[in-house]
Amino acid sequence: MSLVAELAGSGRELAQKWGRFTLFTARLCAVTPRALLRPSLLVEQLHNSGAQSLVIIMLSGLFVGMVLGLQGFDLLRRFGSTESLGSAVALGLLRELGPVVTALLFAGRAGTALTSEIGLMSATDQLSAMEMMAVDPVRRVCAPRFIGGVVAMPLLAAIFSMTGIFGGQLVGVTLMGVDAGQFWSQMRGAVELRDITEGVIKSGAFGLACSAIAVYEGYHAVPTADGVGRATTRTVVISSVAVLVLDYMLTAVLL
Amino acid sequence: MSAATVPAAAAEAGCIARLAGVTYAIGGRKVFDGLDIEIARGKITAIMGPSGTGKTTLLRLITGQIRPSSGRIEVDGADLGRLDTDGLYRLRQRMGMLFQNGALLTDLDVFENVAFPLREHTDLPESLVARVVLMKLQAVGLRGAARLMPSELSGGMARRVALARAIVMDPKLLIYDEPFAGLDPIAMGVVLRLIRNTNDALGLTSIVVSHDVQEIGILADTAYLLSAGKVAAAGSPAQLAADPAPVVRQFMSGEADGPVPFHYPAPDYEAQLLGTEVPA
Repeated sequence: MSLVAELAGSGRELAQKWGRFTLFTARLCAVTPRALLRPSLLVEQLHNSGAQSLVIIMLSGLFVGMVLGLQGFDLLRRFGSTESLGSAVALGLLRELGPVVTALLFAGRAGTALTSEIGLMSATDQLSAMEMMAVDPVRRVCAPRFIGGVVAMPLLAAIFSMTGIFGGQLVGVTLMGVDAGQFWSQMRGAVELRDITEGVIKSGAFGLACSAIAVYEGYHAVPTADGVGRATTRTVVISSVAVLVLDYMLTAVLL
Repeated sequence: MSAATVPAAAAEAGCIARLAGVTYAIGGRKVFDGLDIEIARGKITAIMGPSGTGKTTLLRLITGQIRPSSGRIEVDGADLGRLDTDGLYRLRQRMGMLFQNGALLTDLDVFENVAFPLREHTDLPESLVARVVLMKLQAVGLRGAARLMPSELSGGMARRVALARAIVMDPKLLIYDEPFAGLDPIAMGVVLRLIRNTNDALGLTSIVVSHDVQEIGILADTAYLLSAGKVAAAGSPAQLAADPAPVVRQFMSGEADGPVPFHYPAPDYEAQLLGTEVPA
């Protein structure tokens, strides 16, 4: 009986959290048009979430592409079709690995930074001070960071895929001896616009989810060192799970 | 003076803020139970009381950050209970608040912190913003620190910057939350003088929440002493100092034990020491 009660309690708590998150995201979206009127704030956040994540994204993209090149070459050699390596690497990156790995890296780097920054602002009364100055912190602090993340994610995913394709080419063509002409022409022939669109849609959705989760957790963090730490951890965990669940759902819809 | 008595000065000068029968409970515990307070216009009113009596909670009620369980709060003619968010924000543009730690925006320098409300609420040209900000910084003696970051300021300097920011929109009501906490005597003297001068020079009304009896004695025109969710005493600091009520006497003279007990409620001392009972 107590187990049932406990489960019911957890379910109710989960529903409440989901409700709070939905309301907060709706509020974020409602203040977004006004936040767009302050482009300087958006550029600053685009720099923080996007430009400052570039190194980790490019480095990871390069190595993921190189691994794809190695694994792909080994697999395709068994079927005697190593010339298809270019298309395999490109499709894998554009449709799946680019958006997903970028989102996971984004949650770990930019998402945690967003949560801890907003959480610390709350812990040091900066958000309360804004409210007392008749400035809505959701509009002034959360919305620019949210928009910055949403815009940055597809751009980062594109850069990830680009460096990944370069990594695949580096291994496949330079190290394994696949013909460069075949590598690129197969890729060009196999990749369609809808493959790129799928990647863009996925990374856009992941950007929305990761940014909203990071901002929500920061804004609702318990204003103590421990509370901010826990909120930061939750951001990574929830964002990662959300990305993988969303990825499956979007793949099922878009295929 | 009886607990619920309103100081005569308040009635004469008119009130900028009035709390009537305010009750506020959180987690089943009543923080305030039928609180009646009037803040006289143009004066400095102190809210005093031992730690945990809800002084900061009272400020949050007056500024509309939280809503009372029952009762009525009026600020500058507006009933807070009837205000929507936009109305509340319009009211707050006529209020300034100085937080205990200053609450400066850590990613902006001193100049930008003071300019923040102007940039958010006005379309003033940059040259005018700069002049207003420099005048306010001059008033708190920190014009030379305009380009320092908050992390480079001492506690007293941070509070002075926060004061400059609080008065930059020329508010009617200025609220100070523990403005003297953690300051050295020099910084305390500076803040004390600034609060008095700012109030008189700009014709403001000030509410100062503090438990520094000496400083409030110098600064305040009227003081309220809170205890057990009610106003235990109200009047001038001199009247409070002469109040014979035990709770007032304990607070004003800083006695360790009295109506506010030294010991937190605990099981029997002897039984706990001799027995095996371990604190839960």
